[in-house]
Parts: sequence; C-alpha cells; structure tokens
Amino acid sequence: MTGIGRASRWALIGLPFLWLALFFLLPMAIVAGISLGETTDAIPPYRPLLSISAGGIEEHLSLANYRLLAEGCLKAYRDSFGYAALATVLCLAIGYPIAFAIARARSRWRQTLLFFVMLPFWTSFLIRVYAWIAILQPTGFVNRLLRAAGIIDAPLPLLYNAFSLELGLVYSYLPFMILPLYASLSQLDDSLVEAAADLGARPWRSFLAIVLPLSLPGVAAGTLLVFIPAVGEFVIPDLLGGPNTLMIGKVLWQEFFDNVDWPAAAAVAMVLVAGLTVPLLVAQRFLERGRAA
Amino acid sequence: MTAARGATPFRAGALAFGFAFLYLPILVLVVYSFNRSRLVTVWAGFSVHWYGALAADARFRAAALTSLEIGIAAASAALVIGTCAGFAMARFARFRGRLIFGFLLMAPLVVPEVILGLSLLLLFVAAESVLGWPAGRGILTVTIAHATFAACFVAVLVRAQLARFDRTLEEAALDLGARPLTVLWRVTLPGIAPALVAGWLLAFTLSLDDLVVASFVSGPSATTLPMAVYSSVRIGVTPEINALATIFLGVVIALVSLAGWLMARQERRRGTASA
Repeated sequence: MTGIGRASRWALIGLPFLWLALFFLLPMAIVAGISLGETTDAIPPYRPLLSISAGGIEEHLSLANYRLLAEGCLKAYRDSFGYAALATVLCLAIGYPIAFAIARARSRWRQTLLFFVMLPFWTSFLIRVYAWIAILQPTGFVNRLLRAAGIIDAPLPLLYNAFSLELGLVYSYLPFMILPLYASLSQLDDSLVEAAADLGARPWRSFLAIVLPLSLPGVAAGTLLVFIPAVGEFVIPDLLGGPNTLMIGKVLWQEFFDNVDWPAAAAVAMVLVAGLTVPLLVAQRFLERGRAA
Repeated sequence: MTAARGATPFRAGALAFGFAFLYLPILVLVVYSFNRSRLVTVWAGFSVHWYGALAADARFRAAALTSLEIGIAAASAALVIGTCAGFAMARFARFRGRLIFGFLLMAPLVVPEVILGLSLLLLFVAAESVLGWPAGRGILTVTIAHATFAACFVAVLVRAQLARFDRTLEEAALDLGARPLTVLWRVTLPGIAPALVAGWLLAFTLSLDDLVVASFVSGPSATTLPMAVYSSVRIGVTPEINALATIFLGVVIALVSLAGWLMARQERRRGTASA
C-alpha cells in the first residue's frame, strides 16, 4: 500500500462500493419486493406492499405473480436456457479454431487479427442484428443466391424462427467467446507442444493432451460470458425470433411495456436471477482464478 | 497442427470463415447504404440519398445529441468509479467485504440487460416517491444507469493494467521524496493511461450502444439514438439505418485508429526514454 494512506484507501473502496450497493444491489432488493405485490391502475402501476390505514398496518404480499408465471412462462423460461446453451456450444465450436489460429499467428499479425475480432463489438449491436433481416428474409441475400444457383425453387424460411434466433445469438456473442479463449491460448508454452512432438505425439494427440486442458480456463470464462447474458437476451429474439421462439427477456419486456404489469415483470426478473445465480457464482470463481494465474 | 507458428490451411480456413461470418452483415449494411432503391436487397445504382435523408431527419439528430450527452457524462463518471474500483481490487489484497465487492463488480458485466434496466427503473420510481428525487426520468437517470454497468468494465481494464504496472517506479519516486499524491498523479496515472483511455472509450461505446437499459430508465423527455433506431426498425427495414450504421463504423474506426496511434506513440517515447 505504498503511498496510499488510510483515507484514500477508504475512498477508493468506498466510492465504487457505495455506488454499486445503491445502483445494483438495492434495485435488486426492490425488484424482489415488488414481485410480491399487486398491479393497480395507478402511477406507478403497483400497490404499496404495506399500507397504513385506520385498522393499522396492512401488508399486501402474495405469490400470485409467481403462480401465474409458473403457468404461463415455463416454456419461455426453459427455451431461453436451451437456446442460450446451444448458442454457447456453437460459439465454442466456431470460436475455438479462430482463437487458436490467432494465438498461433505470427506476433505482428496477432494484434491486427484481434482488432478485427473486436471491431464489430464497437459498432451498434442493434444495427448489426438488424442487418441479418436483410440477409435472411425471403427476398434476401441468401435466398436469392440459392435460387440463382438453382438449388431451391421456393425461398427457404430463414427468418423469424429458431434458426435465425440461434444465428443471431451466435453472431452477437462470438467475440465474447474468442477473446477469453485467445487469452488462455496465447499463454500456452510452445515448448510443451514441441516436447510432445519430439516424443512422437501426433498433432491431434498433443492437442487433446496438452492444448485443450491448458485452455480450459478460457473455455470456462467464454462459456459464462456467452451463456449468462444470452439467457436474458431481448433484442435478438425480438428482431430475429418468431412467434414460437419466445425468450424470457422478451417476456419480461412485454409484461413491462405492453401489459404495464410491473409486479409480473419483477417476478420474471426474480426467476431469471434465481436461474442465473449458480452460473454467476461459478463465473466469479473462474474469472478471479484466471486473473490470479 | 500445434507445433509451428504461422499459417496452415486449417488456421487460414478458420480465420477466413470466422471473419466472413463476423463481417457479412456489416458489409451488407455499408454497401446498401449507398443504394438508390428503397429496397434493402435490390441494388439500383450508387447514391448518397440516404445520408441526406438521415441528416434531414430531426428525430435522429436530436436522439444522436441526447446519446452523445449521456455517453460523455456516463463514460466520465464510469471512469472515476471504475478506476477507484480497479485500484481497490489490484492494490488491496485483503479488506472486509472484498468478496462481495468483487461480485458486485463482476455481476453487471454479465447480468441480462432487461434485469439491470427493470431494477434501476424500480429504484428510480421508488426513490422519487420517497425522496422526491430524481424528479421524473430522462437524461440523468439514463446516465446513472450507464455509468453503473460501464464502471465495471472500466474496473476490469484498470485492474489488468495495474497488475502489469512496475511498482518499483512508485517506490523510487517515494524514496526520492515525492508526496504520495504527486506519485499518483505523475507516475501511476500516466503509467496506466492506456487503460484509462481504453476504459473511457469502452464506457462511451457501451452507453452509445445500449437500447434495453435506456428504454427502461428513460422518460418521454429523452430518446437515445438506439431507441430511435429501434422504433424505426420495428416499423420496417429502412436504408437510413444503413447510412447511420456506416457513419458509426467510420467514426469508430477513426477513433480506434487514433487511440492505437496515440498508444503506439507513447510506447515509442517510452522506448527512447529508457534506451
């Protein structure tokens, strides 16, 4: 703690701690509270959890929102986890060779290649997702190409279904998989691989025995960075998904904006947080360990 | 395939496929922003018509200004909060609540945006009814929300840079009689300047790019650029959005190249200073 006094130590910890407690932790507690409330036609559209009347303090807590959720949203909830899991696996399958190739490229190329992985991330996410509509729609690129080549007669249904949803998820989250994989793979000691080759291991064998196990921290970090946000994704199911591919993030949005049912939206959020708590705790462990290494 | 460095057919193929996938939509956006036709999929000749239409659209202009205002304020606040947090995590190995602190810094990086947005909105509504602040929702509430999650990204960058920072420089300055604050200002902060620049830019981009959180916590007085884009995309595909995306891309490439150039220049200077 060279040169940093006690007061500055408190300031450095205190400012971000207070900020996050106030604007991250406290809001979560409020969501939990309101999820137990009732909707009314008022501003704001929910009834206070406690009210003071002549008869004393009354509480209006109920699990009604959760009961409704269990009936109506189970499929969306299950599907969200399924779509996100599949997207994570696909990102891993596509991202691993790319990260590997970048990590093994000559050093003057590496920064440039990484820059081009990052570049799409710096441009509007919403607009990039929207671009897929023009590519996938019945009169879009892919269909016209396939028709011109004589492979199909009628346009393929590529848009507003599970295919386009999954494509959008993989497309949007791929850089978040590549970067931690690259971070792990670039630290790999070349001499280990060379030693394996000298001892007669075939390339695939040395990959499975050396490269893959040593890159597992990157695999774990990438998996969590893709999976957790993808479960609650709203923009992609909204723009590229169809009527049968509802995701929980969109359910929450609809409850809030279309039905103006804030307590129901809060209940959806709570269930989503509950489902993500374990992955979040795992994420913290892995990301901390990766940093320590 | 693991032994040598450099290109092999497998690696070149992986990269070609990966970049084709990442850049196909961007290429389509840029090319069709110069299309004369209203149809986004039929090429009808070169034209800059949609750039003119975009510039003449008062809705987009106002939204862009709102987004810039929020982005600059949120990125600056996030830089201060995130730098403090990055210092705390990098320099203080033990303090009470470090585990919770670490969790609070990590969670906003991955928690779905709908949850961040909804929870902050409910906080603002509750605070208004109890404290009378913030009065209504708009630029201020969006700025607070963006600063909150962007600060966590800044913290990651600052922490990583501090971990690489050579502490003997600070010790030398202290031994030579510099006061702690002078050391911070003249040695430590310049040393981590690349992370500070990158952090601010990242925070600014995150703010400029955010639709979901802003939709929740904004009010009728403040429509951000992504909100304006979203409402026009909902109505249908329009080439003006392509023009907007192309401008975005140009600005981002210019900014990132500038940052890269500044960093390379700093590295060179440091190289000649130490030689």
